[in-house]
Amino acid sequence: MRYSNGIPTTVVSGAVQKYAAIPGGLMPLLHEIQAGLGFIPKESVAEIARGMGLSRAEVHGVISFYHDFRYQPAGRRTIQLCRAEACQAVGSRSLEAHVKNRLGIDYGDTTPDGRFSLEPVYCLGNCACGPSMRIGDEVFARVGPERFDSLLDDMQHA
Amino acid sequence: MLKVFVPADTTACALGADAVASAVAEHARARGLDLRVVRNGSRGIFWLEPLLEIEADGNRHAFGPVYPGDVAGLFEAGFPGLSEHPLYLGKVAEIEWLARQDRLTFGRAGWIDPLSLDDYRRSGGYEGLLKALEKSPADIVAAVVDSGLRGRGGAAFPAGIKWRTVLNTPADQKYVTANADEGDSGTFADRLLMESDPFQLLEGMTICALAVGATQGYIYLRSEYPKALRVLGRAIATAEAAGLLGADILGSGRDFHLQIRVGAGAYICGEETAMLESLEGKRGLVRFKPPLPAIKGLFAKPTVVNNVLTLAAVTTVLAKGPEYYRDFGTGRSRGTLAVQLAGNIRRGGLVEVPFGVSLRELVEDFGGGSASGRPLYAIQVGGPLGAYLPESLWDTPLDYEAFAAVGAMLGHGGIVVFDASVDMLEQARFAMEFCAVESCGKCTPCRIGSVRGVELIDKIGKNENRLANLELLEDLCATMEVGSLCAMGGLTPLPVRSAVRHFPMDFARNAAE
Repeated sequence: MRYSNGIPTTVVSGAVQKYAAIPGGLMPLLHEIQAGLGFIPKESVAEIARGMGLSRAEVHGVISFYHDFRYQPAGRRTIQLCRAEACQAVGSRSLEAHVKNRLGIDYGDTTPDGRFSLEPVYCLGNCACGPSMRIGDEVFARVGPERFDSLLDDMQHA
Repeated sequence: MLKVFVPADTTACALGADAVASAVAEHARARGLDLRVVRNGSRGIFWLEPLLEIEADGNRHAFGPVYPGDVAGLFEAGFPGLSEHPLYLGKVAEIEWLARQDRLTFGRAGWIDPLSLDDYRRSGGYEGLLKALEKSPADIVAAVVDSGLRGRGGAAFPAGIKWRTVLNTPADQKYVTANADEGDSGTFADRLLMESDPFQLLEGMTICALAVGATQGYIYLRSEYPKALRVLGRAIATAEAAGLLGADILGSGRDFHLQIRVGAGAYICGEETAMLESLEGKRGLVRFKPPLPAIKGLFAKPTVVNNVLTLAAVTTVLAKGPEYYRDFGTGRSRGTLAVQLAGNIRRGGLVEVPFGVSLRELVEDFGGGSASGRPLYAIQVGGPLGAYLPESLWDTPLDYEAFAAVGAMLGHGGIVVFDASVDMLEQARFAMEFCAVESCGKCTPCRIGSVRGVELIDKIGKNENRLANLELLEDLCATMEVGSLCAMGGLTPLPVRSAVRHFPMDFARNAAE
């Protein structure tokens, strides 16, 4: 079975089955769907709601409340830049401007070629060695504009 | 066989520790050396990370910072033999920055393999639990009360009193939850503990469960900490296999099951009632208090909500006795505080010291001044909801009451240092903006007030009715402070007001008057 856009429904139905009986299971369920598909298909909200005994509004409310959950697929790589104070103290505001300019996108956007999405993050716990950036599960320390450019070049040639 | 230690902690890895570890292994292979690379946790001495250590003549010797490109040179200079190499730092135990600390909670971090239960037990781990198993719940609670331990998440509520409330509230089910949603900028102590010494959190939670009569626990971990998630997951599995978690703990007949739940990028879920909502699978909306979570918490059952470091400290309290813990500190702030030196600081990292040490000693003696070499200018203590302090207040001792007396708060112990290039109007604006982004939206002063705050500060920056708008900003801050449901809206005025009060020149740059 697939949704109208071709996404298979098995990830959603599997997750619903797994978490339906677990107290507070909606959060891990949504994480699992997003880990499997890269996003949460809007069409799956009704099925999740049915399976979890919630209203569609409640499920939508949770998905839209948390920054991590998304209804749209992200780019191949999501770049998270830390915007918080410890990184600001070591130049993250200028890094932020540089990155937006270099990628040609703002926070919440994806480059037209679909390679990169840019997201703000408020602290990665690397505050003694900022500015900090996260790509996938990897955190990078002391990221100045030059370091960013060389990391970006590496990724573009990878 | 020679052991070489390369930390696997987030900051060390962000500085190249994984590549260092593989380079060491490769060079050793090429030279036919009998050497094993152990991935330890970090000591939190982040200015020297990646910190590479070797075991020789019964001591640990350190080299650092060792970047991937340094490894070949180290081997050429005789590594793993000790050498006069410029990166050689001497014995780890004699590095002054570490030796001057009182590491009660972080004593093991960096020494041990975080996932080795043997390492943990050999270094005193689970002694607290063994003692707790011999005590009645009321006696465990009494020990925590006597230790003077206060919640390390920021609110500093006496941990033992909270536990006593849960113990004394009858229910068919109780919960222990660890708040590992360490969202404050400038803080990383919870992360460091979970990545470098995860069993300590597990042990602390188990002791708490025995004390209050809980059989189920949750660690609410922020999604920004993927390494901590992996380490904790494996530590839980190891503890379960060893009979230290799950059913019939160490044959005591007591059960304690522990699960990790991952947040999803909402700062507000570090607020205890929002965290409980999130654990229930809902939006992270703050709850009205009362009822207290200790009486009606997770799934409406009596629940302990403690910060990671509070639960970890309990292991020391039980193992060494409440007097031992209480003997550190000053006034009503007992024990040690895990201070996190962050931002524009030369020697940043984790500094665990007794309460009473001054801010200046921390940023100057430990921190060594700014990383940029320019004079220090402003220090934000206690995360994004903490005050910005000018130099005249840097002699304030680390003490919950002393900080409150100067209109500041210690919070979770994050210290973010700025040099004079900072624009305090921008920092005040950011405090309001952050509140607008992260507000749960339940109460109006926080949800709307923060948006109006950003607008007002923009007008002040453009010198539009500057004095009238400064007055309005003060009014708005007063409304947010007294009218908000939780600390998010209630404390956002702290960084804003402190910036205006202590750094007025940054709010008058375009002023004509």
